[in-house]
Amino acid sequence: MDDIQALTGQLARDPSSLVFLPLAEALRRRGQLDSALTVAEQGTARYPEMAGAYDLLARIRSDRGEGDLAFDAWTTVLRLDPDHVGAHKGLSFLCFRAGDHARSLRYLEHAVELAPEDAALRTTLGRVRELTGAKQIPGFTAPAPDPLRALEADPGYALLVDREGRVLAGSVFHTSGADVADAVAAALAGVSKEAERAARLLGLGPWRRISLEGGPAHLELRAPTTDSVLLVTRSREVPAGRLSLMAERAASSARRWLEELV
Amino acid sequence: MKLADTLAGLTRVPGVRGALIVSRDDGLVVADTLMEDINGAAVAALAASLAGRMRGVTAALGQPEPVMMYLAGSGGTLLAAPSANGLLVVAVAAPEVNTGELRLLLLDAAARAA
Repeated sequence: MDDIQALTGQLARDPSSLVFLPLAEALRRRGQLDSALTVAEQGTARYPEMAGAYDLLARIRSDRGEGDLAFDAWTTVLRLDPDHVGAHKGLSFLCFRAGDHARSLRYLEHAVELAPEDAALRTTLGRVRELTGAKQIPGFTAPAPDPLRALEADPGYALLVDREGRVLAGSVFHTSGADVADAVAAALAGVSKEAERAARLLGLGPWRRISLEGGPAHLELRAPTTDSVLLVTRSREVPAGRLSLMAERAASSARRWLEELV
Repeated sequence: MKLADTLAGLTRVPGVRGALIVSRDDGLVVADTLMEDINGAAVAALAASLAGRMRGVTAALGQPEPVMMYLAGSGGTLLAAPSANGLLVVAVAAPEVNTGELRLLLLDAAARAA
């Protein structure tokens, strides 16, 4: 009997089974990416804290040419398991494909540190170093882009803070017009940790966003990394779905900027 | 309408795993209708705490308290709507829930609970 047919049968008999992992992988290898994606997404919904499920989802997204979504899925893997070799390899590949060779090398070097016995990985690292002509230049730091550039046409509507409530980038204003970035940053200290705890205890999986509706503006909070929180706000006339897309773009931008700093 | 009837209306929405009315000040359960695997006391305490933090954020921006808060994860969403008398109407929902429908019912429930 065809493997995929057998695995599909097993999953139908027991939807909570982990058989979705080999099934989605088999579908991916066969090039049936739509079906693979459906199975993997159902798996991550059922097992929202399983790093391996997001790794599989990321590989499928990558095969579909959906680099941004693959990046997000592998970043989720690292939130769940910071030492996941596959996620570092995958992120390295995406960065290389996007032409960001410096960051690609960093992810690959980290992967080799985590799996020094992996000869194929060391060979790949050597090839990437050759291809990119990478050389360490002591003291040189590339200029970092504005992490909130996705929103820079409208300053005053996004704020990035660290876990201790200090401003990293952006600004927000009081309804009176005063700059209240520091006060809002202080109010956001520890929010990510609390949201993570609440989401875990309630079985919601890794938290993705907090949305606040009401008053003259709507707000959305994201966690670009485990150590930061991003607040994006817009007037209530902006539809919630659009605000969510803006926040997603800004969070991706902020995440990349923060990784550059590490 | 009784609080239990209000909550029953929320839990009839497909994908809703439970609904509670919570005291915002102390995070205690006032009334609940929950699936067995949900710890009502934990939901109440966490929702009240998070809502309190969010009040602090909107206050720093000079804005009134939000009428609705969503904490969304990959495996579901917590929704909370404050009512005028110090209560918080809370629902825990699966990812496939019709959020728009649940939002309207929650706002209505918060108005009724006042």
